[in-house]
Amino acid sequence: MSSWFPENVSTFGGDIDSLFYLILYITGAWFLLTQGLILVFLIKYRRREGQRAAYIPGNSLKQAAWILIPGLIVVFLDLWIDLRGAEVWARIKGHVPPGDLQVQVTAKQFNWEIIYPGPDGRLGTVDDLQMDNELHVPAGKVVRVVLKSKDVIHSFFLPNLRLKQDAVPGREIVAWFEATKPGKYEIPCAELCGFGHSGMNGWLFVHTAEEYQKWVKERWPEK
Amino acid sequence: MKIFSTDHKTIAKQYLSLGLFWAIVGGLLTHLMRWQLAYPDTEVPGWGFIAPDFYNMVVTMHGTIMVFFVAMPILLAAFGNFLIPLMIGAQDMAFPRLNRLSFWVFALASAVLLASFFVPGGAASAGWTGYPPLSAKAEYTGVNWGLNLWLLALALEFVSFLMGGINFLTTTINLRAPGMTFFRLPLIVWMQITAAVLFMLSVGPLIAGAVMLLMDRVVGTTFYLPEGGGQPLLWQHLFWFFGHPEVYVILLPGLGIVLEIMPVFSRKPIFGYRPIIYSTIAAGMLSFIVWAHHQFLSGMDPRLAMPFSITTIVISVPFALIVFAMIATLWRASISFPTPMLFAIGTLSIFIIGGLTGIFNGSAPVDIYIHDTYFVVAHFHYTLFSATFFAGFAGLYYWFPKMFGHMMNEILGKIHFWLTFIFFNAVFIPMHFVGLGGMMRRIANPMQYDFLQPLQPINVFITVAAIFLLLSQIPFVINFLWSLFRGRVAERNPRQANTLEWTALSPPLHDNFERVPVVYRSPYEYSSPESPEDWLPQDQPPAVAQS
Repeated sequence: MSSWFPENVSTFGGDIDSLFYLILYITGAWFLLTQGLILVFLIKYRRREGQRAAYIPGNSLKQAAWILIPGLIVVFLDLWIDLRGAEVWARIKGHVPPGDLQVQVTAKQFNWEIIYPGPDGRLGTVDDLQMDNELHVPAGKVVRVVLKSKDVIHSFFLPNLRLKQDAVPGREIVAWFEATKPGKYEIPCAELCGFGHSGMNGWLFVHTAEEYQKWVKERWPEK
Repeated sequence: MKIFSTDHKTIAKQYLSLGLFWAIVGGLLTHLMRWQLAYPDTEVPGWGFIAPDFYNMVVTMHGTIMVFFVAMPILLAAFGNFLIPLMIGAQDMAFPRLNRLSFWVFALASAVLLASFFVPGGAASAGWTGYPPLSAKAEYTGVNWGLNLWLLALALEFVSFLMGGINFLTTTINLRAPGMTFFRLPLIVWMQITAAVLFMLSVGPLIAGAVMLLMDRVVGTTFYLPEGGGQPLLWQHLFWFFGHPEVYVILLPGLGIVLEIMPVFSRKPIFGYRPIIYSTIAAGMLSFIVWAHHQFLSGMDPRLAMPFSITTIVISVPFALIVFAMIATLWRASISFPTPMLFAIGTLSIFIIGGLTGIFNGSAPVDIYIHDTYFVVAHFHYTLFSATFFAGFAGLYYWFPKMFGHMMNEILGKIHFWLTFIFFNAVFIPMHFVGLGGMMRRIANPMQYDFLQPLQPINVFITVAAIFLLLSQIPFVINFLWSLFRGRVAERNPRQANTLEWTALSPPLHDNFERVPVVYRSPYEYSSPESPEDWLPQDQPPAVAQS
């Protein structure tokens, strides 16, 4: 079943996936119960000559209990899903942990402009480096992504990291992730952004610590 | 039949015809869309190549047409207009001329929308939700007048449905026959007036929003453009404050149709008439405080997500009660399976799936991953396709004899149902898995992404099934047209149903009833111990009074 999703390589992706499965089991049980009952009733109570339907209006509390009690169970299951959801949400979006490194991603029709702060770790200084559609990060480090947009709304989507966040012109939105496994992953745009929306795609390169140091040395050789 | 008629039945048929016309247009657009997704950048048979901006236009217009020009005119305007006066025992709507104006404004909206396909630059292509800044400046999409006309068509349509809603409410409050108390109203009337209230309360902000968007486009204001101090998120709040109640504006009349049909073919009262009404009102009120669940990732304050997530998930409770009530109606019933009942049960079965998958979307953390993927597309087709098409077909097969005086063909009807049911699921079940694989909505070519390429066989399967789903509608078209003229002549009450519309002639006279009906009881007294028959019409005087 895990093959439904792309491979998860982020620290919080497992939380999202397990919440998904919790909801799947709960809704799956309701699915089987309701569809099963419908099927059984349709067969068992199909019209037969000379047989009269029962007269059950279901307005008295005693009769309505047949739907109110399952309704109450729905309330409890909803609260369970909400409580689990609140925990996961608080961890992922509720706060942004202090980042080990920071990059700025500026979306525009139809590219991700990725701006690295360089050795001084600060954006907006002379050692900044811009690369289009290539995001290089080390595994095991918290990466803060400052999202901006130059024109329309885009959505920064990292399927393998279970991260999605809209980039809105006029705003600076901070997202974060921590990749767990080195590799090359795609960064599609998930919000309709014009005729080039389909195909607006970047690459996330997750390096091991040594590879990442090597990449940094190549880019900022004077250091 | 007069074209500029004030008769609610004629107006209902006019809305129905225009709605069915748009359903064909909206349906055929899916052929272009699905072909491009399965076989990207190959020639669509009977059309040609599809450029990316044209694809965006097709996606946008499919959504716009299906929601605003198919679901609303058919479910609300056609069924509401036809049924409300007949079911409450009135001669016509409270404001027949306003009703006529409402239809002709809708016809004008349709003409404007149709014209938008033919202006230079083509029709709107910023998505049916029209998010600015993409929709706010012509240079972002390359569409200029197409999008202006799109906004104009929507504004006209809202005006039309506001007039319709006022009429529905006034009629139901003022023109009920003697004895027709509020708690003797058929449930579809409750659903229709709840929908009318929801629409009237929610559409104002969107009209304001649409005017601002049009001004941004035409006179250079910057309500939504950050370079002039505007705020793109403003539109999303205005749109979804309307957009979520709008979902129920479509859904409730659909559920209402199912609730009318089920007791008739179960020969059993609907289970929990009053709990259903309370649930409907509760769902309607909740629908005003769930809108931001469309915006968990929009950049709004993340602390807002959980309150909206909770209200969203809690809205499952009233709908669960309605579903349980429908299932309980089948318990110890005496069920027969003519075409309307098949479609009604199909609606129930499919709507349950759509309701359950909504929980995934409503959970804010899960939404981080599935937002803007095909999982969402699959989800809302399970809810809206079930309400619009399954319930819509159920209602058409059921009330066709009352509308047109002829019965529809049962064999063609059953073929239509089974093909539609099978191919609907063949299209939309796999779509969930494509979505879980991460496939984004509104992309024209999945093969541009490495991680989506393994999913391509599923996309091909969906496309083939979608083509068969379209072809499955042919038996309906044949049946509809043939039955109009050649169908078996319908008697007054061919289904032995209790509600008032069946006491009128088929089709009813201009003023509906030969004499004003008097109502003695609730609408679903089937197999009542008070009657030797298994039905007891609302207008039949009690046995005591007869003797």
